[in-house]
Amino acid sequence: MKKPELLVTPKSVDHIKALIEAGADAFVIGEQKFGLRLAGEFSVNDVEQATTIIHEAGKKVYVAVNAIFHNDRLDDLDEYLKEMQRIGVDALLFGDPAVVMAVRELGITIPLHWNPETIATNWFQVNYWNERGAKRAVLARELSLDEVVEIKENAKAEIEVQIHGMTAMFQSKRSLLGNYFLYRGEVMEIENRKENKNMFLHDKERKNKYPIYEDLNGTHIFSPNDMCLIDELTDLFEAGIDSLKFDGVLQTEEYITTVTKCYRQAIDAYFDNGEDAYDEIKDELLEKIKEIQPAIRPLDTGFIYKETVY
Amino acid sequence: MLQLIENKNIREVVNGKTVITKKPELLAPAGSLEKLKVAVHYGADAVFIGGQEFGLRSNADNFSIEEMREGVEFANKYGAVIYVTTNIFAHNENMDGLEEYLQAIEGAGVKGIIVADPLIIETCRRVAPNLEIHLSTQQSLSNWKAVKYWKQEGLHRVVLAREVGAEEMLKMKEEVDIEIEAFVHGAMCIAYSGRCVLSNHMTARDSNRGGCCQSCRWDYDLYENVDGEEKALFNEGDAPFAMSPKDLKLIESIPHMIELGIDSLKVEGRMKSIHYVATVISVYRKVIDAYCADPENFKIKKEWLEELDRCANRATASAFFEGEPSYKQQMFGFHAPKMKWDFAGLVLDYDEETNMVTLQQRNYFKPGDTIEFFGPEIDSFKMEVGQIWDEEGQEIEVANHPLQIVKFKVDRPLFKFNMMRKENK
Repeated sequence: MKKPELLVTPKSVDHIKALIEAGADAFVIGEQKFGLRLAGEFSVNDVEQATTIIHEAGKKVYVAVNAIFHNDRLDDLDEYLKEMQRIGVDALLFGDPAVVMAVRELGITIPLHWNPETIATNWFQVNYWNERGAKRAVLARELSLDEVVEIKENAKAEIEVQIHGMTAMFQSKRSLLGNYFLYRGEVMEIENRKENKNMFLHDKERKNKYPIYEDLNGTHIFSPNDMCLIDELTDLFEAGIDSLKFDGVLQTEEYITTVTKCYRQAIDAYFDNGEDAYDEIKDELLEKIKEIQPAIRPLDTGFIYKETVY
Repeated sequence: MLQLIENKNIREVVNGKTVITKKPELLAPAGSLEKLKVAVHYGADAVFIGGQEFGLRSNADNFSIEEMREGVEFANKYGAVIYVTTNIFAHNENMDGLEEYLQAIEGAGVKGIIVADPLIIETCRRVAPNLEIHLSTQQSLSNWKAVKYWKQEGLHRVVLAREVGAEEMLKMKEEVDIEIEAFVHGAMCIAYSGRCVLSNHMTARDSNRGGCCQSCRWDYDLYENVDGEEKALFNEGDAPFAMSPKDLKLIESIPHMIELGIDSLKVEGRMKSIHYVATVISVYRKVIDAYCADPENFKIKKEWLEELDRCANRATASAFFEGEPSYKQQMFGFHAPKMKWDFAGLVLDYDEETNMVTLQQRNYFKPGDTIEFFGPEIDSFKMEVGQIWDEEGQEIEVANHPLQIVKFKVDRPLFKFNMMRKENK
C-alpha cells in the first residue's frame, strides 16, 4: 500500500519551515485574487520563495487558482499562470473551466488538480476532468465514506480528501457583512472590520456558530464544526486515497503545526508499523488535538458518517 | 441606468420604421401540466419543467414522461417548446437509470435539457443525441473564457450565473457564438448557485440534489470573537443579520437585454401558482413585443409595472445586471407580505348570450367584492361581483369552496384561461 500524501495549508513562508519539520508532504498556497479561502496570503514573490524552500526539502507545492472568475480577472490570470510556470510549482488547483482554457492557450505544463469544492460529487466527473488535464480531483466534503471509496475505485485520477479543519458552506459575490453594516448606517464598522476574520453567525435554533468573512471573492461562510478524522483513518488508508488534506483556514500557525504532527504520526504508524500500531496511538492523538481545539470549534467527522437526503 | 447601445445586427428598417429582427425567447417555469398550459397560453415561447428524477426541486409536483408528452403536444400547437431541468450534481448512487430517463425525455419530444453535471451532459450526448444541451446556472458560469469552453464541448446554450452583469454579457456575446440564457424575473440564490451547502449542514438535506431548505432566508446574530470573548455586533432592537435577497425584476432592462443579443429571457418559479406565471409571462410578453415592434418609440408603461406588482410576494431588485447589488437589494428586519391582490378564479367558459361566466373558484369571494379580470385576449378590467350561482343554479352567498364551479354575470366577454383576482383588503 502506498503512503498517502499529507497536504497542509501554511499561513506564511516562515510557517512552511515549521510544517516541513512537522512532517507535511505538500502545501497549498496562493492569493485571494486567484484562489479561494486560503489559510495564508502569498504574493508571487512569496510563492517563489516558498517553492524554493519546499523543493529543497523534497516536498510539493500546489497553487490555488480555483476562484470563480469574472471577465475582469482573466488577463491577470494569464499573467499569473505564466509566473507559476516560470517558478515551477507542482500543481494548479482549478474549479473554473477558464483555467483549463488558459492553460491550453498558454502552453502551461504544470499539472492540474480539479477542485471546485461542493460540486465534485461523482467518479464520472473525476474522469471527465481527468481527460481534460486534471491529474487529481479534490472531492466535495459533503460525501459519505462509501461514496468516497466508490469514487476512488472508479477514478482514473488521483483522489484528495479533506480529513481535518473547517469547510466552506457558502460563497456569495455580494458584500453581505458590509451590506448589513450599511443597512444599519454603520459605515465605520465596515472600515473597522473589513479585514477581520474573527466574526461568526450565531444560529440560535441549532446553537451553531458559523465563521464568516469577506474578501475579493465575496462573502464566505464556514461549517460550525471542524472535521477531525485522526482516529478514523483506516478506511481511507485502505481505500488508497492519494492525498489527505488538512485545511487550516482560520486557524493559528501553532494549531496547524501541532495538528500536522499528529496526522504525520498517524500515517507513519499505520504504514510503517501496521494497523495495530495506528490503533494503539489514535486515541492519544485525538486527545492531543482536543487539548488545543478552540472551545468555539467543536470537532466532528463531517459527512463521512452522515447521510444527506433530498 | 446603463446607457442603451443600439445593436445594428438585430434591427432592420421595414417601411421606414425600425424593427428588431432578433426577438429573444421568453422562457417560463412550470411545475405542473396546468401551469405549463397557462404559461404557453399567456405568451411563453418556451417552458422549462422538472421531471421526476435528476432535477433540483424535489418537492415540486414534477412531470411524468406521459405528462411531458402531453405538455410538448400542447406547446407545439402554439409553436412553443419544452426544456427539462436535469441539473443535479449527481452522487454515485444517482447514476442508475439516467440513460433510460434521457431517452424517455427525448422520446417525449422535449427540445432540450438544462444540465450542470458533465455526467449528464456526456450521457445525453451518447444516448439521446437529439436533445439540445443547455448548461445550468448551477455551474456558476461567470466569464467568457468558460463560455468558450462549454461551446467547444458542444453545448447549444449556456445559462449564466446570476452574478453576471450587462457589460460582462456583452463581452461574452462578442467573444463566443453560443446561445445565452439569462434570468430576468423571480427568486434568487444569494450564493453562487451550486456553491452553497448550508442546507446540507443545517438540515442534512442536499441542496445540490434538490433538497435546499433556504437557510439563507433565516435570521442570524452576528458576533465577533475577541480573545475568546464573544462580543455581539448588534444592539437590542437591531434587525438581525440576514442575507435574504429581494426577488429579481429586470422588466425595465428588457430593451437592454434585447440589444445585448441575449437569446433567452428566463423567468424563475416552478413552484409558483398559475396566477403568478400568467401575470409575469403576460407582462414580459407585452414588453418584448412592444420593444421589438418599435424600439425607437418604446416606453415602459406604468400599467405593466403595476400589473407585475399584483403577483409579487417579495420586494424586487435588479441584482447584478446593472452593477454590484447594495444592501438595498436585500431584505432585513420584518418584511410584510407584499401581495395586494389574490388569485380568485379561473375562467372555464363564457356565454355571450347570457353574459354569464363559468369560473373555477381559487380563493374566497362574495357579492360586493372588487375583482379584476385579465388575460391575453382582453384588456384587464375591474368590476364589482353581483349575484353568484352554483353549478345547480342555486344562488350562493359566498364562493368559499376551493375549486368550486360558480357562475355570475360579467358584461364584457371573457375567454377560457382568463383569470380573476380579488383586491386584498
